[in-house]
Amino acid sequence: MPSAPTKLYADDVSLLVVLLDTNPFFWSTSSLPFSKFLSHVLSFLNSILLLNQINQIVVIATGCNSCDYIYDSSLSTNPGIENGKLPALCSELLKKLEDFVTRDEQLNKQHSLPPTTTSSSLLSGSLSMALCYIQRVFRSGPLRPHPRILCVQGSSDGPEQYVAIMNSIFSAQRSMVPIDSCYIGSNNSAFLQQASYITGGVYQKPQQLDGLFQYLSTVFATDLHSRAFLQLPKSVGVDFRASCFCHKKTIDMGYICSVCLSIFCKHHKKCSTCGSVFGQAQSDVASASNLKRKTPET
Amino acid sequence: MNNGNGRRLNGETEEDDDDEGSEGDLDAWERTYADERSWESLQEDESGLLRPVDNTTLYHAQYRRRIRSLSSQATTARIQKGLIRYLYIVVDLSRAAAEMDYRPSRMAVVAKHVEAFIREFFDQNPLSQLGLVTIKDGIAHCLTDLGGSPESHVKALMGKLECSGESSLQNALDLVHGYLNQIPSYGHREVLILYSALSTCDPGDILETIQKCKKSKMRCSVIGISAEIFICKHLCQETGGSYSVAMDESHFKELILEHAPPPPAIAEFAIANLIKMGFPQRAAESSIAICSCHKEAKVGGGYTCPRCKARVCELPTECRICGLTLISSPHLARSYHHLFPIVPFDEVSPSVLNDPHNRLPRSCFGCQQSFPNPGNKPSLRVACPKCKQHFCLDCDIYIHESLHNCPGCESFRHSKSPIATEE
Ligand SMILES: [Zn+2]
Ligand SMILES: [Zn+2]
Ligand SMILES: [Zn+2]
Ligand SMILES: [Zn+2]
Ligand SMILES: [Zn+2]
Ligand SMILES: [Zn+2]
Repeated sequence: MPSAPTKLYADDVSLLVVLLDTNPFFWSTSSLPFSKFLSHVLSFLNSILLLNQINQIVVIATGCNSCDYIYDSSLSTNPGIENGKLPALCSELLKKLEDFVTRDEQLNKQHSLPPTTTSSSLLSGSLSMALCYIQRVFRSGPLRPHPRILCVQGSSDGPEQYVAIMNSIFSAQRSMVPIDSCYIGSNNSAFLQQASYITGGVYQKPQQLDGLFQYLSTVFATDLHSRAFLQLPKSVGVDFRASCFCHKKTIDMGYICSVCLSIFCKHHKKCSTCGSVFGQAQSDVASASNLKRKTPET
Repeated sequence: MNNGNGRRLNGETEEDDDDEGSEGDLDAWERTYADERSWESLQEDESGLLRPVDNTTLYHAQYRRRIRSLSSQATTARIQKGLIRYLYIVVDLSRAAAEMDYRPSRMAVVAKHVEAFIREFFDQNPLSQLGLVTIKDGIAHCLTDLGGSPESHVKALMGKLECSGESSLQNALDLVHGYLNQIPSYGHREVLILYSALSTCDPGDILETIQKCKKSKMRCSVIGISAEIFICKHLCQETGGSYSVAMDESHFKELILEHAPPPPAIAEFAIANLIKMGFPQRAAESSIAICSCHKEAKVGGGYTCPRCKARVCELPTECRICGLTLISSPHLARSYHHLFPIVPFDEVSPSVLNDPHNRLPRSCFGCQQSFPNPGNKPSLRVACPKCKQHFCLDCDIYIHESLHNCPGCESFRHSKSPIATEE
């Protein structure tokens, strides 16, 4: 899209980076077929572009072996819906998406992995790419749309991505980019709950997948400026439990290495992350913190 | 104008001595040009025209130097960092802090950057605590006790910004030593002294105090605002801290922010330990409960202690009922990038770029910015040694300084095996 006149960049111009989960392992088990899902999402994307003619959309596919950019409305040669029946958005996006899915599947065959390891998709990768793209928009000067990220995710969390996803969340928080999540899987996603909570985005788990478009358009189409005036869904609690480094088990109480802050579910003699050898636990710590608390009085 | 400008330039080396003299000769409008040194941001191009300095490659070179020095430090396979820090910042508010060689004064500049430092410190050291001490009239005062809330420290500092009298290094060290001696053995004891004065006015033998600090394993670092002083250097050498002297405001900012990332852990300085902690869940926004900290009924928010189920309002805290340390796991995760740093990217050599047989990616893997045509200019792209993806210089800096993930490595499963992904 050509650069817009200055005064048009009002508060409500959005750059929406959508991360689409294309993991075949999830879609083969989902009650909503992938094609239906796509038609909901495409209508939603079109409606974003129609809300404001200088809104911008970037779509990144989150596969189970790779991630890639599949659509950027600022690069599209004929934006909008003027050329006949099928909007440019749809044809371009669908073609790229198809290529991506085949490539992603080939990678799977190449590695010939046991299928259990690939039930999660590479959210950390697509989040990192989205943030790099948004930084580029930030660099482009003071006249720019307001960026936000929308994760449309169905696969379950991959515990091995924990550190990378947390890094992305903190970076998004520092640059004040909200991460919205629309989670269509069966259980809640602790990663996305934390991502939305920490960055000030909205986390929503649609009850009726047939009405996905309605959820998308009523909750996630709102620009950041208008959100202040709306009653968006409130969080139903955030799972802040940690997973231990030793078994990747989710725990609500545990031990922390004082040198590297690694989390363990039970007492160990030696830290597996940093190699520190531990002295006696607990008793020493308790007396020391008591001492510390007394100091102000003395 | 020629006159004034010339004098200013000649007198630059001994600025401190004849500051008043040269300032008096300049008119106000001339002074703004002289002080801002606006000519430094211009350069002459081939045809003799003035152009703004091209900063991107310059910035990137600076950044590469920084990152190389960091990665050379971390040569050991396992990285041990002192992540639980107990730090006292000692701010010298003696007469010397009123000097105006920094604008508007040393004191104001120090306070401004201490504020930024405090925020950065808590961002990078989630479980650490910090306290403030000031030196004034030869006496050290404790401004804030060790605590974990940046706001209260910043407020206390901004409320107490006036200076007078002499400075006393010994009094400050004695006071801080008294506090730091009581902290748990797994914590790293640190003092950061921001010293404006050129002398210290002590009641006793400061060398004895320095030995005392050394024995208590306090790591003392000093940033001088004026010039190098022997006793500060001696203090830092003895206690294993770092000593530096700021040349100007931006240098001072750089020096103070160097103290924000956790220092390498030194085994004998702190004893490793396992600390028992709880990770409470955040309650739904509509739930109602009585909190144990304010003893009030509150709607929404709040966290529940996993051991005794008491409600608390804020994290991190210690449960009032059962004494368990409560923390949210994201809080801990803020420091994990220190444990799993990403390798510096390699510059793509011009020979690779100009080789017509190589089919190189046309745009940055991270942000999709297309690369300019490779001429004989310095390379404007870098490559990740692991996943071999190419990135632009801006993404390189963003990835290493804020994101701490390589988008290329993250978006290919099993990217650790050397499979070329481009084919
Ligand atoms: Zn475990
Ligand atoms: Zn450890
Ligand atoms: Zn309370
Ligand atoms: Zn409790
Ligand atoms: Zn880039
Ligand atoms: Zn990489």
